[in-house]
Amino acid sequence: MKVEATEKIHEPLFHIAKRESVPLWQGIVVRAVAIVIGLVVCGIIVSASSSSGKNFFEVYASLFSGIFGSERRIWLALQDMALLLGVALALVVSFKMKFWNLGGNGQILMGCLACTTCMHYLGGKLPDAVVILLMIISSVLAGAIWAVIPALFKAFFKTNESLFTLMMNYIALHIVSATITAWFPKGTGAMAPIEYANLPVLGEGQMGKSLLPILVVVVLTGAMFAYLKFSKHGYELSVVGESENTARYVGINVKVVIIRTMILSGAICGIIGLLLSGAINHNVSSNMDGNMGFTGIMVAWLAKFNPVGMIFSAFFITFITRGMGQVCTDFGFTNDALSDIIIGIIYFLIIGCEFFISYKIRFNKKLLRKKES
Amino acid sequence: MDIFLAKAIEFGVIFLFGCIGETLTEKSGHLNLGIPGIMCAGAAGGCFGAGIYLTSVENPNGFVTVLLAILFACLFAGLLGGVYAFLTVSLRCNQNVTGLAITIFGVGFASFFINSVVLTLENASTLLSMAGINFFGAYLPIFDKMGVIGTIFFAHGPLAYLAIVIAILSALMLRKTRIGLNLRAVGESPATADAAGINVTLYKYVFILVGSAIAGLGGLCYVMEYMGGIVGSTVSSTIEGIGWLSIALVIFTLWKPDLAIVGSFLFGALYILSNYITGVTFVQTKLLNLVPYMVTVIVLIITSVRGKKENQPPASLGLSYFREER
Repeated sequence: MKVEATEKIHEPLFHIAKRESVPLWQGIVVRAVAIVIGLVVCGIIVSASSSSGKNFFEVYASLFSGIFGSERRIWLALQDMALLLGVALALVVSFKMKFWNLGGNGQILMGCLACTTCMHYLGGKLPDAVVILLMIISSVLAGAIWAVIPALFKAFFKTNESLFTLMMNYIALHIVSATITAWFPKGTGAMAPIEYANLPVLGEGQMGKSLLPILVVVVLTGAMFAYLKFSKHGYELSVVGESENTARYVGINVKVVIIRTMILSGAICGIIGLLLSGAINHNVSSNMDGNMGFTGIMVAWLAKFNPVGMIFSAFFITFITRGMGQVCTDFGFTNDALSDIIIGIIYFLIIGCEFFISYKIRFNKKLLRKKES
Repeated sequence: MDIFLAKAIEFGVIFLFGCIGETLTEKSGHLNLGIPGIMCAGAAGGCFGAGIYLTSVENPNGFVTVLLAILFACLFAGLLGGVYAFLTVSLRCNQNVTGLAITIFGVGFASFFINSVVLTLENASTLLSMAGINFFGAYLPIFDKMGVIGTIFFAHGPLAYLAIVIAILSALMLRKTRIGLNLRAVGESPATADAAGINVTLYKYVFILVGSAIAGLGGLCYVMEYMGGIVGSTVSSTIEGIGWLSIALVIFTLWKPDLAIVGSFLFGALYILSNYITGVTFVQTKLLNLVPYMVTVIVLIITSVRGKKENQPPASLGLSYFREER
């Protein structure tokens, strides 16, 4: 094909370039703008589609009362936030290694199941202290095993880990539902709370129930921050994440790092399972993970895998989730489908705004001027 | 037995739509975990299209109803796919995170939209189930004369055959045409494709949108054909489960649309097996539900252990492409 010499040279109107780094305030402003837009859209959708006659501003009153409305709500929100943060901490080690662990749900569920199995068979027969010890060991092991299976195949055969861990979620889910049926063949699939071997309650009311999970996660957050920032292991896993070849060249055993890190990741999910089953619900159900394995990904990713930043993103996501639940109740929506829609839209906006943090757009000024004249 | 096989094919078709949609998307290098949500959006759109037509016309025409439902299912699913494409292709956001957000949105949207918009149309639920049985369940008249074979292969509605046609066309497109070759290049190594003069962004957009539209038909197929137009409150959570299995099916069929036809029927059989099998305990039927996932994991392991080049996922699957980053 002959190319004409007089062919017009195509100049793009704008040009996208990667930013080296962004000042902290700029990152915060961009995210804040996205959140504000999201909240405005939320207010418009809710007040437009509700038949309760409440106005636009009452949406926000409901949203805030959902988590700050009473002491009980505050503690429940803190508990949710702690659990979510815990899961995100588990996921962040694998993500730093560029191991896409989408299997948080399954690892939590296996932790729940292991814990409840101990309570079901041993509760009341052995002293509570012994059972609790066994619960801790078995939950951690169950979570770790569920995570290390995909890790082994990833390390030795490069099996795609995101698809593998995704499937492991559903295998765990069906194992849990089959186990409940096996225990209670005539039941409805739901399980009554077990009275024995519950993890200790630290005080009165909702505060007492929520305090233990919160304290455990506070300790975990500190430990993970130190692990990622100061330990040799933390350094090695981020090198593996940046470039496997570099890691191999400097003498890091990549296989060992992958397996070790995933054991840690699964073990933390197992601990969350232990808290869910042993301290909060005292039983197991096939949706006990509350989809935190997925929401946790959002938490970790929004904070750019920084454990301290994750405290804020976990708070924000808990705020939106619980707040929207309250809004749906107050505005007379019978199911929480609307809340999912709003949460989805807010996610789109905060995911999209990351672009403006990592890239900048340079417009072609010459071309713009030509267009104007 | 023949009823079981017929039902397996009927259910498998839903998987087939989802699987072809996701295969095309993954071939462009994008792991779309939003497929469950997109299938839900397709179901909502299809019900909406059919519902509007049925409630506004005296004597609805079956062909027009099906066509409108298909059109609206593709439109709604395509729009949601467009959001995914814009976020991951243009804004280069993380594909896993975006996909999960799409799923959360899509499932909520379908549930809300069906309950608050579609079912508030006058007589909608009766008309939809009428259309489901008479129009979407309409089968070829030769079915009665062919005995068992007729029951298994020809007693299906129009969407089933559409799915198979789409699967065959996709397989031919991927393997025999220049567009297919370019698409595979984009998924394997976008930088190379870019250097060869292929418009990477265009290919990604087109195939994410087309893939989403096809997957949306899966949602429509579940509501209108398999459920016979009965729109219950658990529709979107069921479709979500089907959606995740469709993603599994892509792995199971090694990213090959022609294999997907067989694979989807197998998955359909496994999915409904627990309803038809007799002589097992309740616990065993529950455990049967995890067989499709187990099988997928085993296939995933075997293909990676054997390491044959043609059976691997597209090399750049899940990675954003930015031209200046080398």
